Amino acid sequence: MSWQPRRGSAEVAQSERSEGAISISNQNANPATVEAPVIEQETRSEEDLDLPWQVIVHNDPVNLMSYVTMVFQRVFGYPREKAERHMLEVHHKGRSILWSGMRERAELYVQQLHGYLLLATLEKIG
Amino acid sequence: MEICRREDKLEISELDPFLAELLRQIPASANPEGTPTAEQRLFSPPAGPREREICAEWKLYVQPELRRLFRTATETVAADLEQLSGNEKTFANRTLRIPAKHADAWLSALNQARLVIAAKYNFTDGELCDHYRSPIGSRRDLSLFQVNFYGFLQEFILREVSDCPGKNSD
Repeated sequence: MSWQPRRGSAEVAQSERSEGAISISNQNANPATVEAPVIEQETRSEEDLDLPWQVIVHNDPVNLMSYVTMVFQRVFGYPREKAERHMLEVHHKGRSILWSGMRERAELYVQQLHGYLLLATLEKIG
Repeated sequence: MEICRREDKLEISELDPFLAELLRQIPASANPEGTPTAEQRLFSPPAGPREREICAEWKLYVQPELRRLFRTATETVAADLEQLSGNEKTFANRTLRIPAKHADAWLSALNQARLVIAAKYNFTDGELCDHYRSPIGSRRDLSLFQVNFYGFLQEFILREVSDCPGKNSD
């Protein structure tokens, strides 16, 4: 399966330059005018500013516990014990946060989980 | 009914007509068409309603992929189930052999069918946990039995997949 990459995220990076001239006087040297250092005011990309997202799996009375454990192992590469811990959290608490990080990766994980027919969503943290 | 693994195949033997018919119903049962709740369950939203952009892109790009994925799985299962079609008189002792590399397709199709049936009948948590309910007295009871029978098959396939990792891949 493929997922259309989100547009407009990394494309907005840009830099603005502040330029000017300042005078520097040195007692041991002739006064000279030098070009001021270039100060780069880099606008951080939208991706950098993007708050982390979390991948949440919600409880579903139909999916088998063993099946959900297997899916967590496959999708996230978790060892069996960790996958089971998350599965039990889903079962007892109704949801479990499986992963957090940048949006595109979170979308990919949710897509994979839906491919296994799990109830999964991504949410922005905060 | 007996179920076991023989070399690179999962074998379901001694299939009586009733269970064989339930197996043959898998592809049809997995079809959510005509049942909005089932459709919503198979194609649930990827984020909350506030994330309109994500949900819109999902519908446009991901849902068709998911539909294709689910359909491919049920088609694989339907092809395997061809073994059960034919002379109804010899149905009593039918054997179904599932290639191990089709295990994932079976897991998906069985799951689709279970989810669609459960959504259609709106089974409660209590009903879904009641594995010893009997006898079958209504269409609803039969559907619940179907959900549990498919779950039993899933459990068996899962055990085989985890015992022999990698053998299920093409």
